[in-house]
Amino acid sequence: MVVEGHDRPTRPSAPVTDPTAAPIAVALRGITKTFPGVLANDHVDLEVRRGEIHALLGENGAGKSTLMSVLTGLYQPDQGRILIGDEAGRLRPVTIASPRDAIHLGIGMVHQHFKLVPTQTVAENVILGMDGVPFVLDMATVEAEVAALSERFRMPVPVSAYIWQISVGEQQRVEILKALYRGAEILILDEPTAVLTPQEAAEVAATLRALAAEGKAIIFISHKLDEVMTVADRVTVLRKGRNVATLDVAATDKHQLAELMVGREVATTIDKDDVEPGPVVLRIDGVVARNNRGIVALKDLSLEVRAGEILGVAGVAGNGQRELTEVVTGLRRAEQGTVTVDGDDLTDRAPVRFIDAGVSHVPSDRLGRGLAGNLPLADNMAMKAYRRPPIAAGPMLRRDRMRAFAVDLIERFNVDTPGPDTPARNLSGGNQQKAILAREITAGTRARERGRRPVLIAAYPTRGLDVGAIEDVRSHLLRQRSDGTAVLFISEELDELMMMSDRIAVLHGGEVMGVVTPAETTIEELGLMMAGEMRR
Amino acid sequence: MNLPYRITLEKRLDTPRIVLWLVPVVSILIALAFGAIVLAFAGANPLEAYGQILTGAFGSLTAWLDGQFYAVSETVVRTVPLILTGLAVAVAFRMRFWNIGAEGQLVFGGVFAAWVALFLPGVIPGIPQTPWVYLPLMALAAVAGGAIWALIPAFLKAYLEVDEIITTIMLNFVAILTYQYLFTGPWKDPEGQGFPGSALFPEFTWLPRLTGRVTLGLVLALAAAVVVWLVFDHTKLGYEIALMGENPEAARYAGVNRASIIIVVMVLSGGLAGLAGFTETAGISHRLQQGLAIGNGFTGIIVAWVAKLRPGWIVVVAFLLSALFVGGDQLQISMGLPASIGAFFQGMILLFILGGDVFTRYRVKITRRPAAVAVEV
Repeated sequence: MVVEGHDRPTRPSAPVTDPTAAPIAVALRGITKTFPGVLANDHVDLEVRRGEIHALLGENGAGKSTLMSVLTGLYQPDQGRILIGDEAGRLRPVTIASPRDAIHLGIGMVHQHFKLVPTQTVAENVILGMDGVPFVLDMATVEAEVAALSERFRMPVPVSAYIWQISVGEQQRVEILKALYRGAEILILDEPTAVLTPQEAAEVAATLRALAAEGKAIIFISHKLDEVMTVADRVTVLRKGRNVATLDVAATDKHQLAELMVGREVATTIDKDDVEPGPVVLRIDGVVARNNRGIVALKDLSLEVRAGEILGVAGVAGNGQRELTEVVTGLRRAEQGTVTVDGDDLTDRAPVRFIDAGVSHVPSDRLGRGLAGNLPLADNMAMKAYRRPPIAAGPMLRRDRMRAFAVDLIERFNVDTPGPDTPARNLSGGNQQKAILAREITAGTRARERGRRPVLIAAYPTRGLDVGAIEDVRSHLLRQRSDGTAVLFISEELDELMMMSDRIAVLHGGEVMGVVTPAETTIEELGLMMAGEMRR
Repeated sequence: MNLPYRITLEKRLDTPRIVLWLVPVVSILIALAFGAIVLAFAGANPLEAYGQILTGAFGSLTAWLDGQFYAVSETVVRTVPLILTGLAVAVAFRMRFWNIGAEGQLVFGGVFAAWVALFLPGVIPGIPQTPWVYLPLMALAAVAGGAIWALIPAFLKAYLEVDEIITTIMLNFVAILTYQYLFTGPWKDPEGQGFPGSALFPEFTWLPRLTGRVTLGLVLALAAAVVVWLVFDHTKLGYEIALMGENPEAARYAGVNRASIIIVVMVLSGGLAGLAGFTETAGISHRLQQGLAIGNGFTGIIVAWVAKLRPGWIVVVAFLLSALFVGGDQLQISMGLPASIGAFFQGMILLFILGGDVFTRYRVKITRRPAAVAVEV
């Protein structure tokens, strides 16, 4: 399928079936689910009809994932009933004790992070783990069936290609086909557009339309208001575990949805101080680096970030962003080129040298790299501070001072936690991110006291956070900019990049397609550069 | 599939304190109950056998009233090397470095200590031949011996990514065969009349006894436990070890040098195991002979794991497990049961404690499946 840059997602002229008349496919009645100290779902009702696209909108921690985990058998609800409707709309109560039960009931889930085996073919992935697969496989038949299915729903996939050979958009189609092949009538998609370009996202919207037209019930999890407005028929807004509203999309607008989601007025603009950028602090010059699989991921990449400047980095995930953050923090070797921080050549030096030089790093993978989830919050907050006094005293560690340090940061950065001794993994995503941000920003402050010009590498710092936490994170980044920190800001939200950045560099296939200022570009243009179809 | 109930496991977010305590206690009780069945099959009265284990390990009331503490002191004697190997294993395991080689490191520590006792006086006669000089020298040599042996897998892991489980296990055999070659070959006592063992160490290299056969080694082991606790909880090194163990990627990100910390940890781990070789040769056998490699290095794994790698608990668990060993020996004498019954109980206890851990991490849920009735709503 050719990606057409000017193809804007549009609302279909008329719904294929009248959603209020179509039979109910699934109904959740009064679902309550508690975890120790957390009421994740509080008597939630949700009804999804055949042929409708029903968006589930809410901030992180609103209970969307928990509700869907109940529906797919990963969790058992404490209270409430699940009813499945037949084609005539007759409902019967069911117990979904496992994902297997969910599949038998025709409930399919497409996860945000695909569950595919890269070294197997599309057709092999589709039948992987299915019941009743014969010991000796007739792959030709399977491939024909998968091809027929992809034809019917207009989701072109190369059935005999290996997963690693196909694009992210195609991989997502494979995930949807997997669910359909198992007979899914109710399809749940968890933030399906998060890893796609704006153009690819439009294709997904079209696919969902086609599925709904065939009578499938589609539940579409999102926190992006634009997307909900363009794709969904109805929307259910969750806040703090409760269903606060179920609305026809045609009868609402973005502003109302945002308010329902957050529970208060939301600021849609950002105040940026006028900052005169200082000298270049971070200089990346002609860097070549390979990714973990040995493939060249950065191709002769050069960028400069000045003091008091936010350089935004746009790009579809997997186009070199990860390798870029690693090369400028000492976590990955550069095969060619140099990385200079405030005049010091730090190319290929150990991570600790970058830390000493004042390079802070908010990693994209909070629990994978940014935190040791099982260790207390205090230990996590001290990760960049434990080497020097006051926390260190020679080879010894002053636990009392480490704790005091954490208590201070918890207070100053409004981290919501029972205390510094709580394991980091028990915090919500937003509070984990605040803790990391607190640690990295104060590391920069201490570097400034040592006479360094701080650099902050922030990779997807607002990803997966709720609106309130996003505002917090953004204002912290802007304050860093005002304080003269050189900020490298990687994001996949183009609106956010346009708002926050002084300049935006677009990455595609490990190359910089161009560096533009927000005033001189558009989202569409960024999309084309991200797809590698344009250079500036 | 059609049972009216279904049992599922659900991950716990938080484990209540009471569960943390109850699970190991119940696990041990179940292990003992299973042990009772096996004892019954072996033709023994389980209650009587358990009684024998208790008196064998701790002595009887009448013996205590007579001032006879032989049984308890034997249990303490066996506890000393278990504390040290337990600590050795815990240091490495805390970093998720699976050092299964404490046995070989212990043996090498013993060999190095033995060399000092047997040959150093001849090589450098000028060193004052008193315990004050020789015991620290032997202890240092033992630490060095264990550490050197542990450095081989450490370097292989740090720089070549060679799996440490394989290397540490295999090096045990190399160490044990080397030591057997030494005391049956070049180091064999010329006046031993064919007895496989080295010459007796000179007396100034013997660890002084505190009471019974309990030596100063006990103090050394307890001091080591305190040091390891300090390292774990109150040093930068301990912080880095925990960080590496919990999330190596986060440790790298925090600036921890992976290779150098693997090496430091294995020097510590191997050194502690080597120290156990010192307490056993300088304190108990006073020569290099069969009986140094009796599995203390492996039992140390059980000790460390059951104690959840906490130094204080390692002391307690080492004492309890050695009571099982000594009590098991008693069963052999008084009831004619195999001596391996002690090892059998240890295996059972480890198995049940590891298995029971599931219940600290998961909650068991029993769900009822409702009958499938169509309802109009």
